[in-house]
Amino acid sequence: MSTDTHTASETEEHHGEDVNYLNHETSVWSWLSTKDHKRIGILYCVSLAAVFLIAGVLAILMRLELSGPEATIMENDTYNQVFTMHGIMMVFLFLVPSIPAILGNFVLPMQIGAKDVAFPKLNLASWYVYMAGAILTIAAVYFGGVDTGWTFYTPYSKATGGGVLWMTSAIFVAGFASIFTGMNFIVTIHKMRAPGMTWNRLPLFVWGLYATSIVQVLATPVIGITMLLLILEQTLQIGIFDPALGGDPVLFQHFFWFYSHPAVYIMILPAFGIMSELITTFSRSRIFGYRAIALSSVAIAMLGFLVWGHHMFVSGQSVVSSIVFSLITYLIGIPSGIKIFNWVATLYKGSIWLQTPMLYALSFLFLFSIGGFTGVMVGVLSVDVHLHDTYYIVGHFHYVMMGGSVIALLGGMHYWWPKITGRLYNETLGKIAAGLVFIGFNLTFFPQLVLGSRGMPRRYATYLERFTDLHQLSTVGSWILGAGLFLVLGYALWSLAYGEKAPQNPWGAATLEWTNVAAIPDPHNFKRTPLVTRGPYDFHLADEVFGGGDGEVDGHGVRVPEAVPSAPTEESTA
Amino acid sequence: MGDFWLPEAASSIAPEVDGLFIFVTVVSLIFLVGVTGAMLYFVYRYRRQHPGERPAPVEESRALEISWIVIPTILVLLVFNWGFKSYVNMSVTPSGAYEIQARAQQWNFLFEYPNGVTSDTLVVPRGREVKMRMSSSDVLHGFYIPAFRVKYDILPNRYTSVWFKATERGEYDLFCTEYCGRDHSEMNKVVRVVSQQDFQEWLQEAGTPKDIPLPKLGEQLYTQRGCQSCHSLDGSEKVGPSFQGLYGKENHEMTDGTTLTVDENYLRESILEPEAKIVQGYNNLMPGSYSGLSERELSGLIAFIKEQSDKAPPEGDAQEEQPTAAR
Repeated sequence: MSTDTHTASETEEHHGEDVNYLNHETSVWSWLSTKDHKRIGILYCVSLAAVFLIAGVLAILMRLELSGPEATIMENDTYNQVFTMHGIMMVFLFLVPSIPAILGNFVLPMQIGAKDVAFPKLNLASWYVYMAGAILTIAAVYFGGVDTGWTFYTPYSKATGGGVLWMTSAIFVAGFASIFTGMNFIVTIHKMRAPGMTWNRLPLFVWGLYATSIVQVLATPVIGITMLLLILEQTLQIGIFDPALGGDPVLFQHFFWFYSHPAVYIMILPAFGIMSELITTFSRSRIFGYRAIALSSVAIAMLGFLVWGHHMFVSGQSVVSSIVFSLITYLIGIPSGIKIFNWVATLYKGSIWLQTPMLYALSFLFLFSIGGFTGVMVGVLSVDVHLHDTYYIVGHFHYVMMGGSVIALLGGMHYWWPKITGRLYNETLGKIAAGLVFIGFNLTFFPQLVLGSRGMPRRYATYLERFTDLHQLSTVGSWILGAGLFLVLGYALWSLAYGEKAPQNPWGAATLEWTNVAAIPDPHNFKRTPLVTRGPYDFHLADEVFGGGDGEVDGHGVRVPEAVPSAPTEESTA
Repeated sequence: MGDFWLPEAASSIAPEVDGLFIFVTVVSLIFLVGVTGAMLYFVYRYRRQHPGERPAPVEESRALEISWIVIPTILVLLVFNWGFKSYVNMSVTPSGAYEIQARAQQWNFLFEYPNGVTSDTLVVPRGREVKMRMSSSDVLHGFYIPAFRVKYDILPNRYTSVWFKATERGEYDLFCTEYCGRDHSEMNKVVRVVSQQDFQEWLQEAGTPKDIPLPKLGEQLYTQRGCQSCHSLDGSEKVGPSFQGLYGKENHEMTDGTTLTVDENYLRESILEPEAKIVQGYNNLMPGSYSGLSERELSGLIAFIKEQSDKAPPEGDAQEEQPTAAR
């Protein structure tokens, strides 16, 4: 890329060019006490990156252990703790907060033309509560670790000692961080939209976050209560789940999945939102079926509460329940399918620019499709009997959670990286890393699908000889995947210090955070509240993206952006 | 395709499940190829030619949108219906099925036949419906035979069951599929499918006669009840103390600092209430489920443990069998 970057709107952003949200105050305390949604997003980003790193290293250790049928680098006990911590950290401490807390926090107010979220202090509280949860997690490891699996099924979770109580407390506490973020976003989206930002003009990332927030607020209290009941049972010996005290272990599974299935949608709905942003920007095309995508997110959020029993087809729930849950599970598959078709149709007659974020978006389409199809498979009642609790399930949910959520998060991080840091990353390395991640991911998890359908149970520290080849293939895949991810970490850190300065709108995107916010955002986002006059993906109307008519092309090969008009001040919604 | 994805099929319901699995896989593959192919074609065909491109908006096609809602809906309802029918078949045990009890405990299965025979290998007759009536004496376990395509969780507070009709003779794997703690991955057994006639013969031979000598009974229990996974016979270190030279051992040190001499009463207590006295250097990991052993089984186990030691019996114990023991 060329170096003459300073073409980004020579007009009005020049006034306060030196003051931005990163440099207007710099002390450590200014970060720890910040109420700026952008800085809180960064606090979350750093914390979550650390969690992802640790949980990812645990995954690589697990794959190493599974490189041979007998114990290779650790004993059964250790392996059980490692897969448990990998699951707990990835699900509760990484995936659930990930996209809303990092990118949602950073982008959402800017995308709707607001200067912050509705409750900035609550937003900061969310991060502190999350950190408290993280500290309790460390305590759980210190006090003997946890070997229950991330599902905490009773009565084993009661029988095994160690840090189970600490861990359940950590999840109880971290849940509040999620609830705070959800409430904040719902109010922000309802009350803080700029003039002209009607519901039909909301960027689809905002719709995704809106649907997510509903689930966060409604479902998270249930896991909180469940964890509290576990703690009460163990400390006060009240019989709830433990048959020895007159409880019912299957009840626990109902409670657990009543949250943990909707939690899947907490993880994937914001990823859908990012997908819509990436596909439209990099194909410079109006989204195909805006309403279908926006409303299917909300439909998924609602239906998501009614399918938890499909985790329990062989666990002792009644046959009739299983049948009903299976049917509703299929209904929820349809809206997800519609989204995939709509995204592919959006590419049609577009102008497709294959930059790193777009590579992740295309990876997502492929990987999430596999996740969806294998999901249809395990929703089939009689087939699930065979596949339940095997590696097929492990493969399936990694295709959804990692192939979906994490890939979308990576795409989103690359996409908004210039806005967050004011720097560009190295595009060539970015593409290499995206390729490594795609290849490594498939090599790691596709063999797991085959292992599972051939009968390999999950959560096994050791296994039978005949599964060795596929396990080793998967282990090799994990190294490639790990190399790709470490490469991302490497060039991201490099770009912070040495990266080229980013222009205001390097991708030629049409949403407000690119068109009306400085290269590095102002502490208050907008100099003047924007007046929104068109939809988020109306590239054909967006003169601010194209500079009107046949405008100038800047050094990056992107049209010079031009801001949308400002709203009259008395109408501004601050 | 079935050979690549699925293990051998050896039960009456397996072909039904496999057909459904292959159908969903093939239809998914067609859709996946379609979606990926369209995506790659568009990416190539509509690649950005020059930076200022401003493509015209595309009219949305109502017919297209309706078709990609309706067609997948029909397909999934078809698949649901198919899966529903075979699931009902799996869930309804045919009347007159031969019933075998499966008892699961950390980390072992024990199978008990109607005539009282117990075995740690599941031997079943070919061509006959078999119902497994399952219970757990501690935590959740799972009963899974991949070759039969059957699986169900085993619960501590009530019976669950699965049924199958084996169609091919041979040996198959049986796995625990509900995570149950340290040795979950070693909680697997062999299923042996034999002809009806061989099954009857096996059932007669395997019967444990009432007059089997106590140490012999103990030896059987040692493997059937899973003692061997924690207690060795050759002195090697495992999770629990080895049985070699255990009986009669003096100054056996406990975690609370006291010492004792290993006699019959100590062994009995340690089997029934493992938490009562913990040996120095070990953790209390032994399941409490052994308290369900019958008095005769208990005596058998103790007799077997005695055999693993050449030490003289300690004072408190009954001396009649070794009246000449020097002390």
